[in-house]
Amino acid sequence: MDKVMRMSTEKGVVIFTKSSCCLCYAVQILFRDLRVQPTIHEIDNDPDVREIEKALIRLGCANAVPAVFVSGKLVGSTNEVMSLHLSGSLVPLIKPYQSFPN
Amino acid sequence: MNSTSTHFVPPRRVGIYEPLHQIGMWGETFKSNNIGNGNMNTPSHIIIPNNQKVDNNLSEDTSHGTAGTPHMFDQEASTSRNPDKIQRRLAQNREAARKSRLRKKAYVQQLETSRLKLIQLEQELDRARQQGFYVGNGIDTNSLGFSETMNPGIAAFEMEYGHWVEEQDRQICELRTVLHGHVSDVELRLLVETAMKHYFELFRMKSSAAKADVFFVMSGMWKTSAERFFLWIGGFRPSDLLKVLLPHFDIMTDQQIFDVCNLRQSCEQAEDALSQGMGKLQHTLADCVAAGHLGEGNYIPQVNSAMERLEALVSFVNQADHLRHETLQQMHRILTTRQAARGLLALGEYFQRLRALSSSWATRHREPT
Repeated sequence: MDKVMRMSTEKGVVIFTKSSCCLCYAVQILFRDLRVQPTIHEIDNDPDVREIEKALIRLGCANAVPAVFVSGKLVGSTNEVMSLHLSGSLVPLIKPYQSFPN
Repeated sequence: MNSTSTHFVPPRRVGIYEPLHQIGMWGETFKSNNIGNGNMNTPSHIIIPNNQKVDNNLSEDTSHGTAGTPHMFDQEASTSRNPDKIQRRLAQNREAARKSRLRKKAYVQQLETSRLKLIQLEQELDRARQQGFYVGNGIDTNSLGFSETMNPGIAAFEMEYGHWVEEQDRQICELRTVLHGHVSDVELRLLVETAMKHYFELFRMKSSAAKADVFFVMSGMWKTSAERFFLWIGGFRPSDLLKVLLPHFDIMTDQQIFDVCNLRQSCEQAEDALSQGMGKLQHTLADCVAAGHLGEGNYIPQVNSAMERLEALVSFVNQADHLRHETLQQMHRILTTRQAARGLLALGEYFQRLRALSSSWATRHREPT
């Protein structure tokens, strides 16, 4: 879907969330811990929320949210993010977008 | 047990028949107890023949036309006429009283046996609790402590978990034996694969159980008490797993050390993220339930929203298990076969010890000092 395509290809880490979704919040915390400032699209207040949900599900995110895109490519939902991180493959993906440690 | 008072006849009216009625009392009490307690190993041989003996005496007396007949107004007349009859009567009384005491003793013994059996059953229940079987303690349990609203999905899980622990113990034993001797790498790899699959099987079981009753899985009631102390979102903490395994790898390459360090850090970050997500879930649910005007009783203003949040718990439990799964998977990738085998043995023994600790703790007051 166009809107999803447009939003997901924004630079950096893009996460589609819902305000009521606590797993989405957990994923955001993880990226914050990794010193990344993701772009958050909270879809529940979007007029096209149903369309966006359907598009995300079609792309492979079973619950639609959270849906994580890095550098315009879909990484996946919570499962995929966790697997990638534990295998050490997440940090290389987001390295360009990490802010310097304080 | 039947009330014995219904059979008791006041002494004044019975006179010489009092002992006979007493025998009747005990006899009937025992009869009814025998019927009801097939399991209780009651000493059923004691009573019945004696009753018949007494009856024989009675009929014997009757046939000789003596004072043993059930005609009370004859009683004093017949005994005063014949001193021998008095002696006989006294002897019969003594005999009857002796038998009555014997019966009472047997009855008390039966009570004692039942009491011991009760204590035994209670201990078995306690043991079952310690071994991780869910025995409800809440208000929805009956007198034996089992939940009357037992969910079939949960009942199935408990049974499966019992088998799982048995198989786990068997596998740990095998690993222990094999690592003490010589074993081919191929055989060791097979054992490691089996052990890994066994853990993955547990996560699959928990996923089904979470769908049936997520609060049950979250409570850790299927685990022993010491295991529950370390509970994190329905299971063990993945970072704890690493802490248990690491001391057992004597020689590690630099790459391995590097990888394990990274794994440990990622694990902790992922755990932290999930923990904070859980925290947010608790806060929002609490807000949901606490909202509304004072005096609205049990009415939850946004009950649908609250229910949705509870559904989210299932996702969290699944995510936590996914984390455990991935941690095990990564360790398997980083380590050699032999290291993995030692690690799995260490992990298995750790949980075994926690279970044993729970048992010791539960019985600490019962040990004779």
